[in-house]
Amino acid sequence: MIEIEHVSKYYGDFPAVTDISFSVGKGEILGFLGPNGAGKSTTMKMLTGFLPPSSGTVRIAGSDIVSDSLEARRHIGYLPETVPLYTDMEVTDYLKFMGRIRGMSSNYVARRINEVIDIVNLGVYRNTHIGKLSKGFRQRVGIAQAILHEPDVLVLDEPTIGIDPIQVVETRQLIKSLGGEHTLVISTHILPEVSMICERVIIINEGQIVAEDTPEMLATRLRGVDRIELDVKGPSKEIADAISAVEGVTDVDHHYVQNGGHTTYAVSLLPDLELRSRLASAVVTGGWELLRLQSVGMTLEEIFLQVTTEEQIPGVIGAVEEEAQQG
Amino acid sequence: MNNTFIIAWKETRSYFSSPTAYVVGAMFLVLTGVFFVFDITRPFAEASVRGYINWATLFIVFLAPLLTMRLLAEEQKLGTLELLLTSPVRDWEVVIGKYLASLVTLGVTLSFTLYYVLMLFVFGDPDIGPLVSAYLGLFLYGAAALAIGIMASSLSGNQIVAAVVGIGILLMLANINRIGVLLQGVGADVISGLSMDAHFDDFSRGVLDSSHVVYYLSIVVVFLFITVRSLEARRWR
Ligand SMILES: Nc1ncnc2c1ncn2[C@@H]1O[C@H](COP(=O)(O)OP(=O)(O)OP(=O)(O)O)[C@@H](O)[C@H]1O
Ligand SMILES: [Mg+2]
Repeated sequence: MIEIEHVSKYYGDFPAVTDISFSVGKGEILGFLGPNGAGKSTTMKMLTGFLPPSSGTVRIAGSDIVSDSLEARRHIGYLPETVPLYTDMEVTDYLKFMGRIRGMSSNYVARRINEVIDIVNLGVYRNTHIGKLSKGFRQRVGIAQAILHEPDVLVLDEPTIGIDPIQVVETRQLIKSLGGEHTLVISTHILPEVSMICERVIIINEGQIVAEDTPEMLATRLRGVDRIELDVKGPSKEIADAISAVEGVTDVDHHYVQNGGHTTYAVSLLPDLELRSRLASAVVTGGWELLRLQSVGMTLEEIFLQVTTEEQIPGVIGAVEEEAQQG
Repeated sequence: MNNTFIIAWKETRSYFSSPTAYVVGAMFLVLTGVFFVFDITRPFAEASVRGYINWATLFIVFLAPLLTMRLLAEEQKLGTLELLLTSPVRDWEVVIGKYLASLVTLGVTLSFTLYYVLMLFVFGDPDIGPLVSAYLGLFLYGAAALAIGIMASSLSGNQIVAAVVGIGILLMLANINRIGVLLQGVGADVISGLSMDAHFDDFSRGVLDSSHVVYYLSIVVVFLFITVRSLEARRWR
């Protein structure tokens, strides 16, 4: 549905995005993750045809966003990060206008407006001037106009910013439910949001893609070292030694948990080994009481930090690049 | 084309729901009213709009850019242009739509001044020909001024800049014939030929000459064209 090939964007001499390529299939939800200034919004502006790429091509539903712009734009619903709205218009008038310029008939618009207003819970404010709405409600109007014409492709730049926690949950569910029929690209800083709603994540830093995969696979592939946590009752030193002795274990950290009366061991191991049973038997053979044994993947936060800060684990990025070249 | 009308309708509504159009329109009516009264109460006054209609062009020079300054500058400032230009509408549909809205507002304002004409008919016996040509001329003059105004509005997100630039260009284009008369020969003719005021004289005298109509329409086309280009260029910055 969306194909981006070798796209770069220069603001004057400043490279905001350099040579990124990816594609998003129909019905897929892609998360766009990156620190401030990474180039997320710039990429979205190019996706939606607001800014032409300095080089490279963007195709939406097979139409080039520059040379066949109008056709490509017909497929797009877009929520820019600044949520630009005509503040002097009423909510329904505004939605009606947005629907009409996207080629919806007035009947269809009228019907859809009611649906959309229900979806984003704007009922009370349907006849309020947008200028008088609070930030969160403006955000909802922004989402409403993006989904109004039931576009094939939805591009949402930080869609849940400024919305209260209850509504955030609903908005995320909404976004998730839109996947399948619509193709979604979402940018966000909120990491749990990505693992919650996205099927695939692209992490971008300083204008380049540094990682791309499903949230789960990203965790697995990027951690390089695997980690298992154990809670065991017994003498810490001896147990730590016993665990270290297991083949494949590279490091053991432990700390005593006062109110549990046990010690938690954080065991680092070489990747792709199934050591849980061997660890368990090592503990049990020693005659100690095993309370808990759990594989802990790296959280998305950790991955995010890992791929976007300078001290990257060598080999990890290499692996990603290899993957990117293959794909 | 349909998009043009959707945009024109939205902008027209927005004109009539904001104070700008009312303030600008009221200013125009007060000023032209004052000059109409001066003109008509002189001794030996004739029943015509000639006196005040020349003043009206001057007011248009200052008021038209105030009417149009919002049109594209605000879209850039609010960022709504991003949504407008990522919708399946062509740049020229946006420009023409907005221009039409300003033209409607101008038309409504001018139609209020027909009250003066009515007075002339009540208290005198005016020639119809010069009245019609004067109003046609005034509308064309205004149409050209609005095109220049919307062009100025496309340049940046700043409405004040738009107004100042618009008034500046209009003042120059209106009065360039005064420089023309200082020169000699072909140069003088060319320069006078560019002047919005020089082309207006015949209209106010009651002479209808199609070359003047073509002149004002050319101004409209040229400046709307520049506006579309300026929107496109904005994307490449
Ligand atoms: N109009 C512009 N002119 C010049 N530089 C720009 C412009 N817009 C963005 N930039 C620069 O391009 C880089 C990428 O900006 P972008 O807005 O895409 O970042 P982002 O990933 O969306 O960040 P954020 O998380 O803060 O929204 C930044 O360094 C920014 O300063
Ligand atoms: Mg951004």
